[in-house]
Amino acid sequence: MTTKARIATVSLAGCFGCHMSILDIDDRILQLAELVEFDRSPINDFKEFQGRCAVGIVEGGCCNEENVHVLEQFRKQCDVLISLGECAITGGIPAMRNNIPLRECLEEAYVKSPGVYNPSGAIPNDPELPLLLNRLYPCHEVVKIDQFIPGCPPSADAIWDALGTLLTGKPAVPVYTRIKYD
Amino acid sequence: MKQPMAKGTDEICRRFGNDRTRMMDIVLEVQARFGCVSHEAMEQIARAVNTHPVEVESVVTFYSFLSVKPQGQVVIRLCSDIVDWMKGYEDVADAMSKELGVTMGETTPDGAITLTRTPCIGMSDQAPAALVNDVVVTHLTPERGRQLIRDLRRHLDPPQLVTMVGDGNNAHPLVRSMVRNNIRMRGPVHFAGFEPGSALRKTLALAPEAVIREIKESRLRGRGGAGFPAGLKWELARNAPGRKRYILCNADEGEPGTFKDRVLLTERADMVLEGMTIAGYAVGSDSGIIYLRGEYRYLQPFLESAIEERRRQGLLGTDILGKKGFPFDIRIQLGAGAYVCGEETALISSCEGLRGDPRNRPPFPPQQGYLGCPTIVNNVETFCCASRILLEGASWFAAMGSPRTSGTKVLSISGDCRKPGVYEVPFGITAQELIEMTEAENAGSMLIGGPSRQMIGSERFGGRICYDDLATGGAIMIFNRARNKLEIAEHYLDFFIEESCGHCTPCRVGLILLKRAVHKVVAGAGEPSDLTDMRDLSNFIIRTSRCGLGQAAPNPVLGALENFGDLYAGLVAERKPGLLPEFDLSQAVVDAELRAGRQSKYV
Repeated sequence: MTTKARIATVSLAGCFGCHMSILDIDDRILQLAELVEFDRSPINDFKEFQGRCAVGIVEGGCCNEENVHVLEQFRKQCDVLISLGECAITGGIPAMRNNIPLRECLEEAYVKSPGVYNPSGAIPNDPELPLLLNRLYPCHEVVKIDQFIPGCPPSADAIWDALGTLLTGKPAVPVYTRIKYD
Repeated sequence: MKQPMAKGTDEICRRFGNDRTRMMDIVLEVQARFGCVSHEAMEQIARAVNTHPVEVESVVTFYSFLSVKPQGQVVIRLCSDIVDWMKGYEDVADAMSKELGVTMGETTPDGAITLTRTPCIGMSDQAPAALVNDVVVTHLTPERGRQLIRDLRRHLDPPQLVTMVGDGNNAHPLVRSMVRNNIRMRGPVHFAGFEPGSALRKTLALAPEAVIREIKESRLRGRGGAGFPAGLKWELARNAPGRKRYILCNADEGEPGTFKDRVLLTERADMVLEGMTIAGYAVGSDSGIIYLRGEYRYLQPFLESAIEERRRQGLLGTDILGKKGFPFDIRIQLGAGAYVCGEETALISSCEGLRGDPRNRPPFPPQQGYLGCPTIVNNVETFCCASRILLEGASWFAAMGSPRTSGTKVLSISGDCRKPGVYEVPFGITAQELIEMTEAENAGSMLIGGPSRQMIGSERFGGRICYDDLATGGAIMIFNRARNKLEIAEHYLDFFIEESCGHCTPCRVGLILLKRAVHKVVAGAGEPSDLTDMRDLSNFIIRTSRCGLGQAAPNPVLGALENFGDLYAGLVAERKPGLLPEFDLSQAVVDAELRAGRQSKYV
């Protein structure tokens, strides 16, 4: 049986840009595969956890009840939880709605905005749709987060360094030029 | 604009020479006469002094004693420092608020009286206290508070509230205040006799360089708190290039719990003015400014007359004491209720008629200060020391105190003790000795140097008051064992949040984050890692803030963690992994549930 460390990743209220940046480690993904096994992640499209994980990587903040539920599962299943990128850490673009009441946001998007064709004026409300939160919450306001990797997106090198540090147990030496906030 | 206001504003600007750098005086006058500085008034002032209205607005909105909206004819500012809380602030506030029929911060419907609160007004030894316009009222009780309001409703004339005057110069016709000096211990430097002009005569017999040498040999260190060697500061200013130099006296003692400068200004005005004149001679300056905190406005006429009297005696003006080519004069610059202006570069900004924003250093004030000229900023007490040193000699002064901190220190002691007041003691005295002197019973902790310094527990009562051990600018507060130390730390964190100028992010945002963290722990929702985070955040704020305010603001929390860590540790516990206790999903989805007409399936 394998003794590889397990990694889970997820994109909550994000744009998948951070996941693209994970893929940007290019052929180093083969080295990574030597060290880890992917648990629940968009990379293998597993929707549920297979077991306990050493590292969880979260892209995006929480904009709806389902995001909160998923983040809570990540916290329970992962030893180390990482907020990856601007949206997970500060809310990012989705947090632009934070100073506008929820109702106004929805009306602007589905009813009032120029170019919207919606004669009935209905706002989508299928029971399958998760309820939106009153505002967007960065991950560390919902669960405890252990590590933060800033950037929009963080560079592949920054992600590689962080994972390497965690997986090999060597102390982190942040490279100044790799830390970007936008 | 109403005609009288237009005319009055113009007249005020003219009186200050339509000089933009006298903005503080202009807006304070407008505020005093019209109860506010309205947008119309700001535009008119801007036209008169040839600047943009937004420059005027930036000043008006910065200082708490200035307002854009009209305030009551009488403004009651109830002091809400921790010592006032301990002495019954809440009951007094409640009584006054009920009697007036308004809540804190409101004005009565007839526009007569505004009730508001303010941080420490320098009366901690006679708390609870309040400012009624410029008039200080002390030792308030709920009944006295109610009576005060009934009296005010009758005459709306705060000076009439003073029925009994305090001791010493508080009874002087130009002061007429009920404030008491409470001088409990008179030392040889500040409270021995002093003949105006005596130190100056000795000074003028020396060359300026020799005066600086004398100050250096006395090892006098700044008494405001930072303890910078005064002689070195004077020498830097003297040697800095520039045609004009300035001597600034920092009389903005805003550090909660400090009131010794108030007593020195009341009883030792001549020593302060003489010390400034000596500094002027030593540094090569002909102008001095006393930056008097707005809370002490009641002392202004008295100080003005002391300055005028010295001019008459030839101790100020041109050719002082017959010395050809040595002119020196002093003016008073009034502040308007901003703690940060006690920081020397913020004080300089304020003197120049700007917001009290601290500046980047370097350049340091002795290189480039007031109006870009070499400037020394010293505390009231430092100037008093300078007078005595020139009178008695450097070695006389240096022989007193602890090995590395010479001279005596004037302390303002308040809190849980029988004898609060002003004590002049030699440096090196222990905290325990102070407790005994002030007859404090059951003392559990002491705040040494105000909230920007440190809170110590009984295990450190053997520590000595000096710059190498327990450093203080003069504030000492004593708390008995029953007081909640974490509550005190939180109170002062609120104070710093309120007083932050907002310029730099670590202070403006960091302190709010720190407050949330403290609150979480105190509310019992914290984990041990939160304590580490609080420490990290505190150190980050200290490391990255631009001025002394931000660099000191986390000290109450850090100090509590350090000295009373077990109190915090008792409040935190490891928690099972999951949602944070402060995150409430049911609250977060309440809007969406209402709109969608269905319940969250995760709550």
